[in-house]
Amino acid sequence: MWYLCYFLHRLLEYRLPEVESLAKIYLEGDPAALKEVRWKQPPNCHSDSPFYYINLPSEDIARFIASRSILVKGIFEVWGVESSYEELRLAIENYPEDRKTPYLSADSTFKVIVDCFGKGLSLKEQTERINSLDYIPFQGRVNLKSPQHRFWLIESDNDIANKLLLPAMQKLIFFAREIGLSDRSILTKFELSRRNYLGPTAMDAEIAFIMANQGLVRRGTFVYDPFVGTGSILVAASHFGAITMGEDIDLRVVRDGRGPDCNVWSNFKQYDLPLPIGLIRADNNSPPWRSSLKEIFHAIICDPPYGVRAGGRKSGGRKLLKGTKDPYIIPEEKRKDHIPSTAPYMFAECVHDLLDIAARLLVMNGRLVFFYPVARGECYEDLYPKHECFTLIASSEQILSTRWSRCLLTMEKTAEYTDKHAALALQKHIEFRERHSELLDEREESLHSLVFAPSKIDNGLNDKDALPKYRGKHV
Amino acid sequence: MRLLTHNMLACNIKGVTNGFPLGIDATRVETKEVEMNPDFLKHIFPKLRWEAFRAAAHSLGIDNLPEQVDSNMLLDEEFLQQFHHALLEVHLEEGALICPETGRRFPVSKGIPNMLLNEDEV
Repeated sequence: MWYLCYFLHRLLEYRLPEVESLAKIYLEGDPAALKEVRWKQPPNCHSDSPFYYINLPSEDIARFIASRSILVKGIFEVWGVESSYEELRLAIENYPEDRKTPYLSADSTFKVIVDCFGKGLSLKEQTERINSLDYIPFQGRVNLKSPQHRFWLIESDNDIANKLLLPAMQKLIFFAREIGLSDRSILTKFELSRRNYLGPTAMDAEIAFIMANQGLVRRGTFVYDPFVGTGSILVAASHFGAITMGEDIDLRVVRDGRGPDCNVWSNFKQYDLPLPIGLIRADNNSPPWRSSLKEIFHAIICDPPYGVRAGGRKSGGRKLLKGTKDPYIIPEEKRKDHIPSTAPYMFAECVHDLLDIAARLLVMNGRLVFFYPVARGECYEDLYPKHECFTLIASSEQILSTRWSRCLLTMEKTAEYTDKHAALALQKHIEFRERHSELLDEREESLHSLVFAPSKIDNGLNDKDALPKYRGKHV
Repeated sequence: MRLLTHNMLACNIKGVTNGFPLGIDATRVETKEVEMNPDFLKHIFPKLRWEAFRAAAHSLGIDNLPEQVDSNMLLDEEFLQQFHHALLEVHLEEGALICPETGRRFPVSKGIPNMLLNEDEV
């Protein structure tokens, strides 16, 4: 059956993939039903519109999706949708009786909620609209606090002249029965400003929950974050029931934190969540796993260091890799308590290592979810990293400034990791090592300089600026 | 550090071919009760190297794990409990992991194994 999926108007490209992932969690083991999950839009709607119809096999799955989703506002059964109140009346009257009567019966309680997308309505306007529905034969009693049935009158504001929205949406008025609403109160509970232990790149709670949803996290999912930092991604995964494991190269972060009551562990204790099953100090470039370890994690979810706010480090010695120092052996008496120096970890190498280790350690159909930075442009598809074992499921852009964005990539392991892949990865690993200093020089062109380099002087003659902008892009 | 983590780690120093299993030098061992999740145990069981797991448990004073195991034993409540206890409830808090080939010591402190390699080891 087709339901109305009414989205929040934020993180637009993240919305549909999130719902699709939640549908996949619910319909695990039923690929035929999953195939029937489809989208369509009301006529003349821009793809950014908050109104989508989704075909779902049952109300239960709709309720599940709404309850877990961060970006869905609610899922509804539409009794009528038109662009004027006169037409809406006809549509509701023509809606099949057998779908309506069970929710209008005398022994039930109900409530009508008025919502307008793009504008706030005064109490008077709301009451007027509710009263105009007097042709619907409600038999039950009104109960504002805890009604059995909630009906929504959702209007879209078509006064687009002064809005930063594309004039792509005609006026829509929905009358619909509520199936399920999302619960965004977890965002308040988990917001970073209340987090005990924070690092400079701790993942925002809302995005972390979306990442966990993209990773198909449910009770018992084994989730690994190779750049765990203060654990902000694993906290979100753990909230959905994941069993978590983290790795980081920085011993101060992963072991010590800011003291016995302010560290990665305390971030989990703060919310009464089960602690990570393991935290390891190691280098993603020389991973510590035994070579026979395969297909153990259900999801790998991470935010690799891309060198804008925090740069990656790898082992091997800063001066050694740069070639300014000849290879040496650390004397035996100095080995104890020796602190190895680390070298900059180029993002391309980091992503290569991540895809290789994920292809090996993920179970079949396991998911790799991570952020990938891009210079702002029109087409990113060709830039995304590829691996024979992975199929790209979704890519969602989040604009960070006029110069750069980050894209949340969701990949699914669809092919076995073989010796051939391992040999290829090793070859590439050696290549990166040999070209270290060369790549280091190329960093001038890197994302960091793209983001922080002074802007070119254009004397205000850039006529592009005169064009209207939509979502940061000229239209 | 739990024995699950121990069973996943190896010494990957350049040139080392037999870096698994790592020996355990335990200074402080703690036991913390956690809720059992049978599905997770069933997922992990076939991924483990049992011999190494049993030996590691032995070095921490757990002697009730059988030598021979097969997946049918996961249906047995008593075995599941022993397996769960050794895998997830026993923690190496302070000590070291020792490479079987080179004798290199990887310190474990506050429950975190430090697997970072020195400049001349990668």
